[in-house]
Amino acid sequence: MKGLRRLAIVEMKMFIRETESFFFTLVFPLVLLFIFGSIYGNKPSSFFGGHGAVDVSVPGYVSLIIANAGFLTMGATIAGYREQGVLRRYRATPLNPVSLLAAQLLTVLIMTVSSTLLLTGAAKAFYDLKFYGNILHFAGAFAVSLLSLCAGGFVVASIARSPRAATLMLMTVFYPMIFLSGATIPREVLPSSVQKFSKLLPLTHSVTILRGTWFGGNLGAFGSEILVLVILAGVAMAVSRLTFRWE
Amino acid sequence: MKAVEVRNLRKVYGTKVAVNDISFDVEAGEIFGMVGPNGAGKTTTIECIEGLRRQTSGTVRVLGMDPVYERNALQQRVGVQLQQSSLQKRLKVKEALQLFSDLYPNPAPWQPIAERLGLSASLNTHFGALSGGQRQRLNIALALIPNPEIVFFDELTTGLDPQARRAMWDLVQDLHREGKTVFLTTHLMDEAERLCDRVAIIDHGDIVALDTPQNLISTVDVETRVLLTVPEEALAEAVARVRTVPHAIRAESAGSEIVVHGSGDALPVEVVNALWEAGIQFASLKVERPTLEDVFLKLTGRTIRS
Repeated sequence: MKGLRRLAIVEMKMFIRETESFFFTLVFPLVLLFIFGSIYGNKPSSFFGGHGAVDVSVPGYVSLIIANAGFLTMGATIAGYREQGVLRRYRATPLNPVSLLAAQLLTVLIMTVSSTLLLTGAAKAFYDLKFYGNILHFAGAFAVSLLSLCAGGFVVASIARSPRAATLMLMTVFYPMIFLSGATIPREVLPSSVQKFSKLLPLTHSVTILRGTWFGGNLGAFGSEILVLVILAGVAMAVSRLTFRWE
Repeated sequence: MKAVEVRNLRKVYGTKVAVNDISFDVEAGEIFGMVGPNGAGKTTTIECIEGLRRQTSGTVRVLGMDPVYERNALQQRVGVQLQQSSLQKRLKVKEALQLFSDLYPNPAPWQPIAERLGLSASLNTHFGALSGGQRQRLNIALALIPNPEIVFFDELTTGLDPQARRAMWDLVQDLHREGKTVFLTTHLMDEAERLCDRVAIIDHGDIVALDTPQNLISTVDVETRVLLTVPEEALAEAVARVRTVPHAIRAESAGSEIVVHGSGDALPVEVVNALWEAGIQFASLKVERPTLEDVFLKLTGRTIRS
């Protein structure tokens, strides 16, 4: 356990020292907040069903944080560690090999929670962000989203034969996902055929439950979204189990 | 108990046989070397012993344990330097040493190890910014952190400059004096000859010979040669003198150089004594003895580099 704790601390340092993961997980959501906050402000608007633009955007940005750290960064990190022989090196220690993956998950959990607190703190301070829900239900939506997207990142790392292939696959899913899921652009502005397609993306359901619970929805009311996320996670983990290699 | 027991180890990748039914023991406290050309099966063998690969058939026991099924218990007692491995690019040398200290139950203090391996000045350098030699020295340091009973070195001195290489040889001999078992692989015959108590020569997945370096060398029929130069006016007398010493077979001269062919460790002394008694001055004395290279050549018909 001591080993796992130390490795998790090391992995957090690696996350922060890596420019891409640091910027896109911790800084970029704030950049979005301040750009769109300065344009639209947070005044109640009929376009957002009587809510402010910032109130509606922030849960979407939270899903973006999760997608970035859990899917993109974790997938690329594990594929890179395998290629470079980092996984191999730790397998030749008393550390349980699963600890390597557990340390990644722990890192992503702590980084996404920190980034969410930073984002909501800034939104509260500068735009009077309002939270209408129950914090436990929102935390539940957060946990399900994180699980599903981490499983997605992990399955790509398992399938991909090289870090280059992994990055390509991750990007191919990630970029459409952040624009079509409602995480950054409201889904309502998209054509209905695109909206239908977006139902295939885990992030779409993540945005729905994060925003739903943000505005007071009961987590139990999102059974179908949660089911889709859990099934996607289950399939991803089953495929990973069959295809994952340590080297 | 043997440090390592290998019985009928076989490892096949697809249709390629990497290791073909090899058996050997490593005694506790010895320096055991596995030598052979690249691709001979050294790394596959050592990685089966380390538990990183599972053999196709055969059994491996390390400190009496199965390296795959008793991985955790075994890894607490051995130190491993892998030929191909890496650490996180942005991990500092100091952080790596501290992390590894936390992974083992009874770690050796890392500061003296870092000092011994010349890493003290690069403790704050990221792994990704280290030179090849520094990485190799860090890998060796990490293998010593567990305070292990057995240390595995796969290609111990690859990537090191001659000075660092000699420092590693001293290090291995110190580990030996501390009573640790050392298992190393190398493609450098002089390294094996100089360091190892026993050497297994491996070629195309088979052990072709296993013995002490001295015994292996004594099996080859290669002459000892003594080369020296004498003043030209003394050449004829010198050749006549050295030709008659007990272990000389023949002697030739070219210019002012004499080459004495013979056998046995006594030949150089006999040659020197013969010239000394005759009052002949000589210079640039050189002795060429058979080496493990000759053993390899005899057993495989090839030089190790070809």
